[in-house]
Amino acid sequence: MAGIAPRRCGDFRTQYQQEMTWFPSPRSAAFCVLGLALLLLAPLVLKNYGLALLIQIGIFGIAALGLNLVTGFTGQISLGHAAFYGFGAFCSAWLNNTHGVPVLLTIPLAGVLTAIVGLVFGTPAARIKGLYLAIATLAAQVILEDFFNRATWFTGGAAGAHANQPELFGFVFGTDARYFYLVLVALVLLYAFASNLMRTRDGRAMVAVRDHYLAAEIMGIPLTRYRVLAFALASFYAGVAGALMGHYIGFVSTESINILLSVQMLAMIIIGGLGSIMGSLLGAAFMVLMPEAVDTLFHLLSSGAAADKGLVYLKEISIGAVIILFLIFEPEGLAHRWRQIKAWWKLYPFPH
Amino acid sequence: MKTGLLMQFVLNGLIIGTLYGMVAMCFVLVYKASRAVNFAQGEFLLVGAWMCWGFMSSLNVPFWAGFLITMVGMTLLGALIQAVVIRPLIGEPVISVIMVTIGLSVVLRGLTLWIFGPEPKSFPGDASGAKVQLMGLNIEAVYLWSTAAAVVGMAAFAWFFKYSRLGLAMRATAFNQQVAQSLGVSIQRIFIVSWAISALVSGVAGVVVGAVNGISPGLTLFGIKVFPAVILGGLDSIAGAVIGGILIGLLENLAQFVDGEYLHWGNLYVVAPFYVLVLVLMLKPYGLFGTKDIERI
Repeated sequence: MAGIAPRRCGDFRTQYQQEMTWFPSPRSAAFCVLGLALLLLAPLVLKNYGLALLIQIGIFGIAALGLNLVTGFTGQISLGHAAFYGFGAFCSAWLNNTHGVPVLLTIPLAGVLTAIVGLVFGTPAARIKGLYLAIATLAAQVILEDFFNRATWFTGGAAGAHANQPELFGFVFGTDARYFYLVLVALVLLYAFASNLMRTRDGRAMVAVRDHYLAAEIMGIPLTRYRVLAFALASFYAGVAGALMGHYIGFVSTESINILLSVQMLAMIIIGGLGSIMGSLLGAAFMVLMPEAVDTLFHLLSSGAAADKGLVYLKEISIGAVIILFLIFEPEGLAHRWRQIKAWWKLYPFPH
Repeated sequence: MKTGLLMQFVLNGLIIGTLYGMVAMCFVLVYKASRAVNFAQGEFLLVGAWMCWGFMSSLNVPFWAGFLITMVGMTLLGALIQAVVIRPLIGEPVISVIMVTIGLSVVLRGLTLWIFGPEPKSFPGDASGAKVQLMGLNIEAVYLWSTAAAVVGMAAFAWFFKYSRLGLAMRATAFNQQVAQSLGVSIQRIFIVSWAISALVSGVAGVVVGAVNGISPGLTLFGIKVFPAVILGGLDSIAGAVIGGILIGLLENLAQFVDGEYLHWGNLYVVAPFYVLVLVLMLKPYGLFGTKDIERI
C-alpha cells in the first residue's frame, strides 16, 4: 500500500458537518479535479469532431441538469423543456442582433429572461401536480412553439435567426477549442451551483416536496413557492443551454425546437438518473453519443447510401427504445450503476 | 356574417369532434382501469391506419377484410404492449409510466415512418369525393360514414360497460381494485383487456380518419389533441371525454372560422385547444365531469 492513500471501506461520518461536504471523500474530490484537468487538456488531443461532441454533451448536460432540478429533485414532470431551451436561444440571438448587447452578456441574460417565462408557465404548478402538470407543460410547449413561428420580429419566423459568435475584448470564441472552454466554464459554474443548492435549505425543501409534499407542507415548507421556483430555475438552465447552443451553431431555427427534443431531454435524465446531479451529465453524454454509435454500427452493417433514409428513423427509434429499456431494467439510471461500482470498490476484497 | 360558412364549420367541428371523442374515450378507459396515461394514443391511430393500408395493398384484399384483420391485429398489439412494456411498471411513480408511453410513441412513429415512409397515402380505390346534400350544406359521404362509425363505436362502448360481464368487471376495477379482486376479478386480465380495447378502438379511428384525409404521420396529432379533450371533460369520465372531444372539435373549427374571416393569424386552430387546456387547468383542474381528488391526511 505504499504511496497510495488507503481506500475508505465504509461510511465513517460522525458529524453533520461531514455530511454537508461537497465531496463524500478526499478521493472523489481528487477524481473530480483530475477529470477537470483532463478536460482542460482535451482540445490539445481531440480533433474537431471529438470537441464538437464534447461541446454538445456540455450544453445538453446543462439543459438536462435544469430539467433534473424540476423533475428529478422537485418531482414535477416537464414536457416543455425544449421550448424554454429554444426561448433562451432566440432571446440571446435577438438581444445581440437588435440591441447590440455583447454575446457573453446575452447568454446569462437570456437565462434570466427564460426564467421569467418559466415562472409564468410554472404558475399552474401552484394548483396542480403530477399528471395534470405534465399536460400543462405539454401545452406550454405547443403554445411557445406556435409563438416562435408567429413572432417573426423575435425569431425570424420560418427562416430562423442568425446568432453571432461570442467575443471578449476582441478575442473571438470562433473555433471549437475556444468555444469548448466557454462551455466548460458555464458547465462547471452551473453544476457547482446546483450541487451547492442541494446542500442548502432550499434544495432540501425541494427534495422534501418531491418525496412527500403533505409532510413537507406540514413541516412548514411553502409548496407553491418551491414548485414555481423549481420551474424558474429549470428554465434558467434551459435558457443558458439554448443560448450557448445557438451561438455555437450560429443559427437558431424554429424547426429544431420540437417535442422530440423535450423527450430527448427527459430521456437524458431518466438514463442518467432522476435526482442525481452527476447523472444529468452522464445521461447527456449517453444521449449525444448514442446516435453516433448507431450511425457507426449502421454504416458497418450496411454499405450504400440508399439505406441512409432508414438511419434517421433508426436513430429516432433507438431514442424511444433506450427510454423503455432503461425504465424497465434500470429505473435509477446510470448514476445508480456508478454508485454500485463505487460500493463494490469500497468493500473490494470482501464481498460484503 | 356568413351563416352558411359558419354552419359548415360547425358541422365539420361536430364530425371531427366525435372522432376526437372516440379517441379520448380510449384514453380515459386506460386511465380509469390502470391509472396509466397513454401518450402513444395518436400512434395507435397511425399504426392502425397503416396496418389496414398495408394489408390491403400487400394482400390485395377488399376494404372490409383489411379492416377486420386490422381490428384483430390492433387488439393483439394493445395486449402485447401492456404485457411487455406497461406491466413491469405497475406501482412505479407516474413519471415512469408517462415516460414509457412517450418512449413507445417515439418507437412506433419511427417504425411506421421507416416501413411506410413519410409521404401521405390514401386507401386504394375509396369513394372519396362523393358529396351528400344535407340542409343545404355539402358534406362528403366519407365524413358521414366516419361519424356513423364513431357513434356506433360509442354505443358499443356504452352497452359494453352497462351490460357485459367484462365491462362490469372493468368498472369495478376502476372503482376499487382491492374490492374487485376480492370478488374474483382478475386485475391483470382487466389491464390487458383495457389496453387491447383502447388499441382496437384507436386503430378503428385511425382507419376512419385515414380513409377521409389520407394516411400520414399527421395522424399522431390526434394523440395530442386528446389532452385538451380529456382535461376539459374530466380525466376519469368516459362521457366527459366524448363531450370534451366534441367541444374541442367545435372550438377548433370555430377558431378556424374566426381566424379565416377576421383575424388572419394563420394557424390559430392548432393552438386554440391548448389555450383552453391551460385555462381549464387553472380554473377547474378536474374538468367538467371528473371526480375531484380529495386528499386526507
